This record gives sequence, structure tokens and C-alpha cells, in this order.
Amino acid sequence: MTADVPVAPADVTATDQAVNASGPAKLALPSYGRPRGVHPPLDFEGYRSTALRHPRQPLVLLPQRLTEVTGPLLGNDIITPTDSDLTMQHAGEPQGQRIILEGRVLDSDGRPIPDTLIEIWQTNAAGRYRHAREHHPAPLDPNFTGIGRCMTDAGGKYRFITIQPGAYPWGNHHNAWRPAHIHFSLFGRAFTQRLVTQMYFPGDPLFAYDPIFNSVPDERARQRLVAQFDMDLTQPEWALGYRWDIVLRGRDATVFESEVDDK
Amino acid sequence: MTEVITPSQTVGPFFAMRLPWPDGPFVVPEGTPGAVTVVGRLLDGAGNVIPDGMIETWQADPEGRFAHPHDPRGPSAAGYRSFRGFGRCPTDPDGSYRIVTLKPGPLPSPDGGTEAPHLDVSVFARGLLHRVVTRMYFPDEAEANAADPVLSSITERARRDTLLAVAEPGGVLRFDIRLQGDGETVFFDV
Repeated sequence: MTADVPVAPADVTATDQAVNASGPAKLALPSYGRPRGVHPPLDFEGYRSTALRHPRQPLVLLPQRLTEVTGPLLGNDIITPTDSDLTMQHAGEPQGQRIILEGRVLDSDGRPIPDTLIEIWQTNAAGRYRHAREHHPAPLDPNFTGIGRCMTDAGGKYRFITIQPGAYPWGNHHNAWRPAHIHFSLFGRAFTQRLVTQMYFPGDPLFAYDPIFNSVPDERARQRLVAQFDMDLTQPEWALGYRWDIVLRGRDATVFESEVDDK
Repeated sequence: MTEVITPSQTVGPFFAMRLPWPDGPFVVPEGTPGAVTVVGRLLDGAGNVIPDGMIETWQADPEGRFAHPHDPRGPSAAGYRSFRGFGRCPTDPDGSYRIVTLKPGPLPSPDGGTEAPHLDVSVFARGLLHRVVTRMYFPDEAEANAADPVLSSITERARRDTLLAVAEPGGVLRFDIRLQGDGETVFFDV
């Protein structure tokens, strides 16, 4: 990916302007690609909880119309400064390895997605979530809640300061452990771009054993879930830097057609 | 050039730490004149309620418009200042959710037809590796529903009916969502 080439924000294109100028007589809408083989299947044997929660009927193809190509555009007014610094939400500093997490939200054509809300949640350094239904016998940290949010800037960039989450056990199978991860929720600019996912850390020895990570069928797509350690982002005497770009569906209708032809 | 997109992963059991918003269920504030309340339960393939799911809704305003650059008609003159278009509600221990909103208007379709008033609905839960998407239509729109391109593409009556909310006393609309099995809701590939 060419990281620093300026590209027009995804919402402002010559096509949009032409459509707006033509008035209400003609309704020309963008179309979002439907990449195949990237998202996990809803029925995945290795992840037991999918058994009773996946539809058995095939999904019905929904042509994208107005409701699908629009989406909530939330304002900056819902964000406070400490929302993106998970180490500053309590009186004291949390335990654990401080990290800087930075990246960009792009569409698959490389266009940055500005002004979009990102929400994150994670365990503390010991691998424990602050949640009533969490029973992992690891200590809570009174100085760490593990939730954050921010808006991307005009270039699609986001930045969080947090601590390295821990691995934790779960009941899926004998001796099951989730690799350390941070949950991400994103809106993009359209209903079609809504995404909930998880970010992992490079080189985790638990990858090979985790059915959720391995539910993604495509190797290149799976690697999309893994952040990169970044020495340039690392700050001396203070915090390690990780970089993770998030790529949402793009607006090129021809992408859909060519990818279908490839199958 | 096309980049590989970031794949979905499950929302897991602990999203309730961050995702529910105090005003999430209120597409408009409670008590807004003309507001409709949508309630429902989220059910699994054994008929059990799902107490750790989350429902999101997205819809047009009462004039069938969106305050969004991709709606070439532009926003409604009325403005609907308190109307967000977006609703979010986690399911409670009974598997129930509740959204307070305004009924959307009918929408023009690019093919020249008209879409009946509807909500796009996303479902997230532990055990769902990717959201599932459905639509909720209104029971008092028989004529518009009959002409709707999405509803009329589903030929089996029982399947189509899973997309229709049911009117309950007090002006409440019930829209139960069954992820699997008998009465399985129609889900869409968007």
C-alpha cells in the first residue's frame, strides 16, 4: 500500500458532484464490491458457538440501494480527549506494557476514510476483561477499563495509546487460549462498510491454535488482522509502536464483476 | 489497484464493555411525536434466546431521504434534527431489544421502482463470525410491500413474512429475529 500519496477522500469524487448537479430526476448510486473468500463462514466447526447461531438458508443477494450505500455519519462531539488514551482514564497508570497503536482506515482502492468512528475494547495486561460475565481468575486492574474510541482524521488516520492486552483462556475446547487481541468496531461511510473485527500482535504462538483467527479462509486476508511492530512509531523510554491499517470495502463496481469471474 | 479488505471477526461475549451507548436505542428521543417503538427477541437454532447479541438499525427519515452525500437528492427540508437514522441496542437476559424511531418514508430505487419503508438491521453476537443483515418492513404498508423489489424477490410466502414486523397493542411493532431453524429470518448478502 502506498501510505503517503494524497488521495481524494472517499466521499468526494467527480462522480458525486456530477450526480448532485443533475438533480433529483436521476438516481445514480455508487456500488460497493463484494469480495469473496475474505470473511469467515458463518458456520465454522472449530468455533462451537457458531453451531446454533448460523443461518442454514443461503443468504439472499441484496442489490445495493439507498439504504445500503448510505450510513451513519457521527460527529466529533461524541468523543472526549481521553477516549483514545486508555492509560489516562483513571487516577493512576495501568499495569503492563504501554503501546502506541496507529494506522489508517482506507477503502480497497486506497482512498482514506475520514471522520469515521472507531470503537475498541480489550483485556488488561493480565488477560482479563472488565465485564460481569468474565470469570478468568486473573487480576483486574483498578486503573484500566479497556475501552476506547476515536474518529479518523481527514487522512483516515487514527491513534490509540493503550497497554498490551494478555492472552486468556476460553471454553471452546480443552486448553483453549485466545491470542492477545484488541476488538475493533468501524462504521466506514456506508452501511455496506460496517465492520467488527479483531487486531492481533505479530508472531503470536497461539495463532496456530485459535479457531477464530483461522476462520478467515484466505491467508492474505488473515494477515490483514495482524499489526506490524514499528520502530519509528516506538517512543524512547516510553512505549512500543504498532501500526495497523484497516481496509473496508471499496466503491468500484467492476471489482465485483472481475472477482466473480476469477472464481 | 484493489487491496485485500480486512476480514470480520466475532464481536465476542464482551462487546458490552464498549459498544452499547446510553442513547443507542433512541434513533429519536423517547416521546418524540410520531415515534414508533420496535421490540423483538433474538433466538438461536434451538429456540433459545440470545442474551449476548446486539441489534443495529439504519434507515431513511420520514420523507425517505438520507442526510448523506450518497443520497443525490440531498437531505429533507424538514431537517429532522433529533433523528440520527441509526439505532443500536444490546439484547438483554431475555434476548430482547428495543429501538425507538420514526417510521421511514418510501424510497426511490435506481431502477425506477419504489422501495417500501424499511429498516436495514444488522445482528452481532458471540458465535457470529460476521454480522448478519436483514430488513424490517412495516405491517401497515400492504400495497407498498407488494411492490417492493426486495420483498417480491422472495417468492416463498413464509420466508417473506419473516421480514414483516407484527403490530402489537399500544402501537408497538414486534420484530423477532431467528438466526436458524423453524421460521429462520431471511438474511441478505449486501
